[in-house]
Amino acid sequence: MASPRIVIVGAGPAGVRAAETLLAAGLRPILVDEGRRDGGQIYRRQPDNFRRSYAALYGTEASSAENLHRAFDALRNAVDYRPETLAWAISDKRLHVVTGAWSDVLDFDALIIASGATDRLMPVRGWNMAGVYSLGGAQIALKSQACAIGRRVVFMGTGPLLYLVAAQYKKAGAGVAAVLDTSPFRLRLKALPRLMARPEVLAKGLALTWALKRSGIDIQTGIEPLEIEGQRENGVEGIRYRTRRGKTRVIPCDAVALGYHLRPETQLADLARCEFRFDSGTRQFFPVKDEDGRSSIPGIYLSGDGAIPLGADGAELAGRLAALAVLADLGHAVPESARSGLRRSLRAMERFRRGLAAAFPWPAHFAAALGGDTVVCRCENITTGELRAAVTEKGGVELNRAKAFSRVGMGRCQGRYCGHAAAEIIAAAAKIPVEEVGRLRAQAPVKPLPIATGDHGVGAA
Amino acid sequence: MLSFGGARFQRLGEEARAKLLITVDGCTAAAHEGDTLLVAILTNGGSLRQSEFGDGNRAGFCLMGACQDCWVWTETGERLRACTTVVTEGLRVLTKAPEARWPALA
Repeated sequence: MASPRIVIVGAGPAGVRAAETLLAAGLRPILVDEGRRDGGQIYRRQPDNFRRSYAALYGTEASSAENLHRAFDALRNAVDYRPETLAWAISDKRLHVVTGAWSDVLDFDALIIASGATDRLMPVRGWNMAGVYSLGGAQIALKSQACAIGRRVVFMGTGPLLYLVAAQYKKAGAGVAAVLDTSPFRLRLKALPRLMARPEVLAKGLALTWALKRSGIDIQTGIEPLEIEGQRENGVEGIRYRTRRGKTRVIPCDAVALGYHLRPETQLADLARCEFRFDSGTRQFFPVKDEDGRSSIPGIYLSGDGAIPLGADGAELAGRLAALAVLADLGHAVPESARSGLRRSLRAMERFRRGLAAAFPWPAHFAAALGGDTVVCRCENITTGELRAAVTEKGGVELNRAKAFSRVGMGRCQGRYCGHAAAEIIAAAAKIPVEEVGRLRAQAPVKPLPIATGDHGVGAA
Repeated sequence: MLSFGGARFQRLGEEARAKLLITVDGCTAAAHEGDTLLVAILTNGGSLRQSEFGDGNRAGFCLMGACQDCWVWTETGERLRACTTVVTEGLRVLTKAPEARWPALA
C-alpha cells in the first residue's frame, strides 16, 4: 500500500506537534504554513538578525516557546515543509494551496487543520481610525518587530491576553496609558472554581495583574467603551469610556489595542463541510469534533485554537492527539495510554476555558447599544445603522442574508473582524437569539489571492 | 504619507541591525534589515494608506495577514500586504493604488 498522504495546515503549536507525532510513526506529512517562519502567532519567531533572548521575548512561556522551536528545527528537513503557503480551498479530499504566485493541489487521505485563531472584536465608535490595532497585532509588533504601536497605548477589551500584552509592553519600556477591561471583577471570583482547573496558569495570571498594578498602571474593570476619539488624518487621540460607577472619562492616547479573546479560523473546516455547533458560553460557533480531533467529515481532523481556543499548551496537546487519531484511523497500533493522558489534560483545559469565558465574557450587550453611525465593517466603512436597516427594512435576520443586503462581512477580511459583532447587532435588532442569526459561510479563496497565479502541477509532491 | 504627524510606531530595541533605504511615495525612508514594510513605513510616518471608502487614513490593524488593511503597491502595480512583506534595499512603494490596469486589478 502506498504511504498515506497526510497534510497539516499550520506550523504553530498544534501543527508542529502533529507533524512530530506523525514523523515518529514513520510518516512524512506535508506541512503547509502561511508564515515566513514556524511558531504560529503565539510563538512567532523574530527575524534571524534580531537578538532578544527567549526570556525577554516570552517571559514565563520562554521554555515552551524554545521547546516548540527546537522541535520544529528537528523536523523541518524530514517533512515536506511549505512556508509562506496559503491553503485557500478544499474540494473532495484535495487542498488548494498557493505559494507566492505558484498554485498547487494536494490530494490527501488525512488533513489536520491547525489554522489558529484571530482576535475577536466588538466595534466601538472610531475603531476604524489609524492607530487602533487588534490586541494580537499589538503583541506581534512587539514580539516580532520590537516596536510599540504608539507612545501612549490604551489596552481595551477583555480576557487574559489584555493583561499579558499590557505587561509585555510595560516590561519592554513602552508607554502604557491604561488597561480598560469590560468585565466586572466580581465575575472572576465567581469563575474561580473552574479556573482552579489549571492552578499554575491562574497563579501566573494573578502575578501578572499584580505586577501591572504595582507598576502604577491605571487598570479599570467593568467599563463600557464609548468612543475612540481622533481625526481622519492623524488617527487616535484619546479614548472615552464609562467607568463601572457610571462616570464618563477620557484618556489621551495615540494608540489603542482592542480585543475580546479569540475566534478560531474555521474557513477550511467550513469549506470541507464540517458540522458546527453553537457554544453558548462564548456565543460563537465552533466546528464539531470528538475528543481526539475528528471532525464530522472522515479524513478531516481539527486541532488547536483553529478548532477551539485553549491557548498554546492546549494546542500542543490537541495537535498530538489529532495525529494519534489519524494514525489509529489509518490502522497503526496506537497505545490507549498515549491518548488517555492527553485527553485528561485537555479536559482540564476545557474546564479552564469555560472559566475564562465566564470571568471575561464577550460583551454581547454592547452591540445593541452601538450608535447607528458606528462603523461595524472596517473594510468598507459600513455602519451599524446600515446593518440594522438590512434587518428591519429588508428582513435580513440571517447573517448571510444580512450580508447580501448590507455588504457587512463581504469585505477583504471576509468577516473575520465584523462577523461576530454583526450577528449580535442583528440578533438585537430582530429580537431573536444570536444562534438563530447563524454564522458567516466561508467562501473560497479564504484570503485574497494574487490574480496572476501560475500552475505548479497537480497532485502531491 | 510621511507628512502626517511623525512616526506612529516606536522602536524599543533591536536597532543595531543594518540599515537600508526604501522609497515611499517618492520620499526616501530609513529602515532596518528584518523590518516588515508596515513597520518601515510606520516608524517614518503616521499611516499606510487611505480607506477607499472615505473614512480617512489607515495604518493596518491585525499585523498577521488576516484583515488585509495594510495593502500598498509597488510602482509597477503589484499589490503588497505590508505586514507580511519584508523590506529590501531600494524597495519603492506607493500608498495609493496606481491607475488600475490589467493584471494588477484584484
